Amino acid sequence: MTGAGVVLLTTFLASSVEAIEMVIIVLGVGATRGWRSALIGAAAGFAVLTVIVAVLGLALSAIPIGPLRVLVGALLLLFGLQWFRKGIARVAERGLAGMREPEVQDADVPASGIDWVAFVLSFKGVLLEGLEIALIVVSFGVSAGQLGLSVAGATAAVVVIGVIGFALKGVVTRIPRSLLQLVVGTLLTSFGTFWALEGLGVSWPQSDLDIVALLLVYGLTAVGYVRLEQRRAHRMMEVA
Amino acid sequence: MRAIVSAAVGVGRFFYRFIVGDDWTVALVIVLGLAATGLLVGQGIQAWWLVPLLAIAMTGVSLFRSTKTVRGS
Repeated sequence: MTGAGVVLLTTFLASSVEAIEMVIIVLGVGATRGWRSALIGAAAGFAVLTVIVAVLGLALSAIPIGPLRVLVGALLLLFGLQWFRKGIARVAERGLAGMREPEVQDADVPASGIDWVAFVLSFKGVLLEGLEIALIVVSFGVSAGQLGLSVAGATAAVVVIGVIGFALKGVVTRIPRSLLQLVVGTLLTSFGTFWALEGLGVSWPQSDLDIVALLLVYGLTAVGYVRLEQRRAHRMMEVA
Repeated sequence: MRAIVSAAVGVGRFFYRFIVGDDWTVALVIVLGLAATGLLVGQGIQAWWLVPLLAIAMTGVSLFRSTKTVRGS
């Protein structure tokens, strides 16, 4: 079984990556078009996400642990590799830069009642950014046998990033999201590899310690590829 | 009916993007690697090294290809 600290840390970091985007969207919409409708839209998005997490959690819990680890491991590995690759490319290109705020039109804001544009923008922002995280958090939690902790890690991330966003305007956009994405990509790729192969019947040479070995190997690979990409970009600039 | 079809297409697109992403060759090689590992384990060979090697190699290939595409565009 994967340790509680690892489950909390992984789901907290994974959720932080998308929570940054969610909070930036909701803050942008709220500041431009009004807070009431933006916050109602965000709350509706979280309500739908809660139902998805509950249904998915029940469905995955019904699958025996062997096939579940192959399925979940393969999913985490495929998704983790995407973030791993994007993280490498973005860190090589932008370093520790944060995210830009979206541009929201402030024309046609109604004087009273619900502003449906603000509602839909916030609702979509929370739901679309949260859906991938809901899938990761549930599959990671069920596979580690710690669904409650996994959901707690995700909730904590949304609360922490949300509070930072509201209390300290502008700080959220400076969080190095690309680096966070690369770290989470490395974590998900490592756990995905470990669980998928374990589910297929592979005996890891050092048992659970091999998760640390995978983290080291993928982490060093990421550092190597970031340097390689930066050198390639330098050469391209010299040629241009 | 049109709304149901459009919702189904939306869900399909989401899962394709979630699982496969923007480089389908990476996903294909990893799935083939997992299948090969399963077969090798069935033959008594502990091929724990195969998927990590493929993952590292395909990340490099995909990064190289995307840089070439940017350079070409």
